[in-house]
Amino acid sequence: MSSARRISSLDWRGRDGAGGDLVIRRALVVDPRAGIEGHHDVVIAGGEIAELAPPGSADGRGEVLEAEGREIFPAFFDPHVHLRVPGDEDEEDIETGTRAAAAGGYCGVLAMANTNPPVDTAADVLALRERAADEGSVPAGFLATVSRGLEGAELTGMAELREAGAMGFSDDGLPISNARLMRRALQYQHLVGANIALHEEDHDLSRPAGAHAPHLGGVMHEGLVSAALGLAGVPSVAESTMIARDAALAAYEDARIHVQHLSARESVDAITAAKDVGVRVTCEATPHHLVLMDEEVRSLDSRFKMNPPLRSEDDRQALIEALRSGVIDCVATDHAPHVPEEKEVPFEEAAMGVTGLETAFAVLHSELVLPGLLDLGVLVERMSAGAAAFDLELPSLAPGSEANVVLFDPDAEWEAGADGWESKSANSCFTGRRLRGRVLATVVAGQVVYRQRSFAMGVA
Amino acid sequence: MRHLLAIGDLERADIERIMERAEGFAEVGRRDIKKVPTLRGRTIVNLFYESSTRTSSSFELAAKRLSADVVSVKAVGSSVDKGESLKDTIATLGAYGPEAIVIRSPHAGAADLVARWSDAAVINAGDGKHEHPSQALLDVYTLRRRLGSLAGKRIWIVGDVLHSRVARSNVLAFRMMGANVTVCGPPTLIPRGIERALGCAVSYELDGLEEADVVYALRMQRERMRESFVPSIREYAAKYQIDSRRLGPRQLLMHPGPVNRGVELSGEVIDGPNSLITEQVESGLVVRMAILYELLTGGRPRAGERAGDSDAATDPTPIKEPA
Repeated sequence: MSSARRISSLDWRGRDGAGGDLVIRRALVVDPRAGIEGHHDVVIAGGEIAELAPPGSADGRGEVLEAEGREIFPAFFDPHVHLRVPGDEDEEDIETGTRAAAAGGYCGVLAMANTNPPVDTAADVLALRERAADEGSVPAGFLATVSRGLEGAELTGMAELREAGAMGFSDDGLPISNARLMRRALQYQHLVGANIALHEEDHDLSRPAGAHAPHLGGVMHEGLVSAALGLAGVPSVAESTMIARDAALAAYEDARIHVQHLSARESVDAITAAKDVGVRVTCEATPHHLVLMDEEVRSLDSRFKMNPPLRSEDDRQALIEALRSGVIDCVATDHAPHVPEEKEVPFEEAAMGVTGLETAFAVLHSELVLPGLLDLGVLVERMSAGAAAFDLELPSLAPGSEANVVLFDPDAEWEAGADGWESKSANSCFTGRRLRGRVLATVVAGQVVYRQRSFAMGVA
Repeated sequence: MRHLLAIGDLERADIERIMERAEGFAEVGRRDIKKVPTLRGRTIVNLFYESSTRTSSSFELAAKRLSADVVSVKAVGSSVDKGESLKDTIATLGAYGPEAIVIRSPHAGAADLVARWSDAAVINAGDGKHEHPSQALLDVYTLRRRLGSLAGKRIWIVGDVLHSRVARSNVLAFRMMGANVTVCGPPTLIPRGIERALGCAVSYELDGLEEADVVYALRMQRERMRESFVPSIREYAAKYQIDSRRLGPRQLLMHPGPVNRGVELSGEVIDGPNSLITEQVESGLVVRMAILYELLTGGRPRAGERAGDSDAATDPTPIKEPA
């Protein structure tokens, strides 16, 4: 495995800019990985954390932000977003998607490869990197597909894709149904190195009408609500059995995998079992699976349609506990923008997926931290831990680290979506929800890449 | 009531009111001239995205008996068939200023969306596998006529419950009227957790059917074999077909139609003395008249109308035929 590289070395507009200078004074600094929790002046010089000084003591060069009553965390990293380039630029593009990321407090994102057409050649990767270098508000990395054309039959040129800069591999949106192909990809990882991110879903279980009618696939969690609504269900075991299969294959091939968007208690159990015997597996959960349940679908509102589906309260509790204990390594949004025409249709016909970058931390802060279900420090750690799974340096506030920082107002109250979105799409499942806590500014390598509109700047 | 979208939205009092109104219309149906002027000048759109014979014709005739103007739109051969979205179709039909839209769709929640996008009263005539509330109401009506009350009655719903909107609406409606409901069918066709979701009992076998006052058979579609829900129609019929051997002399038989003769029901019970199947169709007409009346008049004559001109239940004056 190659050693970790800095997030700012991914492609973005600021990549070759001078590292910024900045002082943020008097905020509560929380970085459990670095063992930091206390009030400090954070002094940033040349794009790195230069010093944590006693509150009110630091002047420094460049801009000075007064941040009493605010909080500073390592900026977040999202290993799972959909930027919709190429092919669906009416839903999102690199500029808007990374702007949404910056607004959510993210210092970097990894974009999935299930675009239109899919990212499966070196030329595709190079073209995306070039656009990110022109348009990216924050560093963006790109995954390539595991199978050519997302068809699940033949491997892509993984070594060449890696050399072109692919940050990993994933057929996300689709499972790798064929166990032989999955095994080959894991064997090939010994040559290529990069991680493989897996959308775990057994189509034989999630499409109850069988292969002759894939359009009749499950559209929500199989449970009491699907029984009442008559909607085709996706059972939890459609996910957990595939996780068990792939963990076994990864163990056998001494390879590593990253499991995407865990949704079910059975999946948590499968990951726990794999980790207990030393399988190299990491995994993620989304804010919507951590906060919402299948009960939301009773409204038949297509904003609550996503894959994997929202599951039961018991599943949600299992996810929260696993996030707390570290069985779930990180939070990822699976930010999935859609045009209104794909959502303003009956539930069964609607596209799957929700946006998430701009609300992720505020939602989890409001729904998990403030009610006491999860410690702030644990959430802060999980918000960026996904970087490690893809061989990137974890954001840190320890002196000498790259200055990837988020400034957060824990008391700000706002309504999700009321001021519009940075994303091109508005298909958030949290629209209209009152949230407590808001990202005020995001800093990447010392450069301020986002300032919340109402956030007055104090320049000394 | 503003719309009829799902049985789950109704109170028992709503059902009672519709039942009483339907009794009044049944009386009209026995006259020579079966038409009342109640909804004269009102426009009702029937929008059917799935093939349907009895539901669409029943709603159409119900509207005509109430003197409404009816536009029936079938998906096949219309702009709907050419890919127009539901939202655009509703906007287009809105130009006619319909007071009511009756919609059948293969998708759950379609009627709810129409209610959101249109000013009309919306009647769900079947949305995917979700609900079919007018069917449940006509079945309650049919049973009340035969049994007086459903309180304490035991009703078995037998067949493909998983794919049945009728089953879902009827379990809710029968329970609301005080009946005990058991759903019965192969384990592959009973939704997981339906006992708790809908508050019914579950049986995978017909053993115990003799306790039922009413046996309600569901349509078994042949494509379920390809989807490996059942190994064969023959095996299904052997385990679940209601025939004269299984149906006792005092047990009532119902079916929402159309029936697969020799699959879920044997020929002799369809035409037998216990069968309410034809009565169900008759009930459909008066119950749908009552539903339209309820939604379009709020159950009361409109202001400015002469009471005798519109209140069909108390004074269902027949229309004079033009000379």
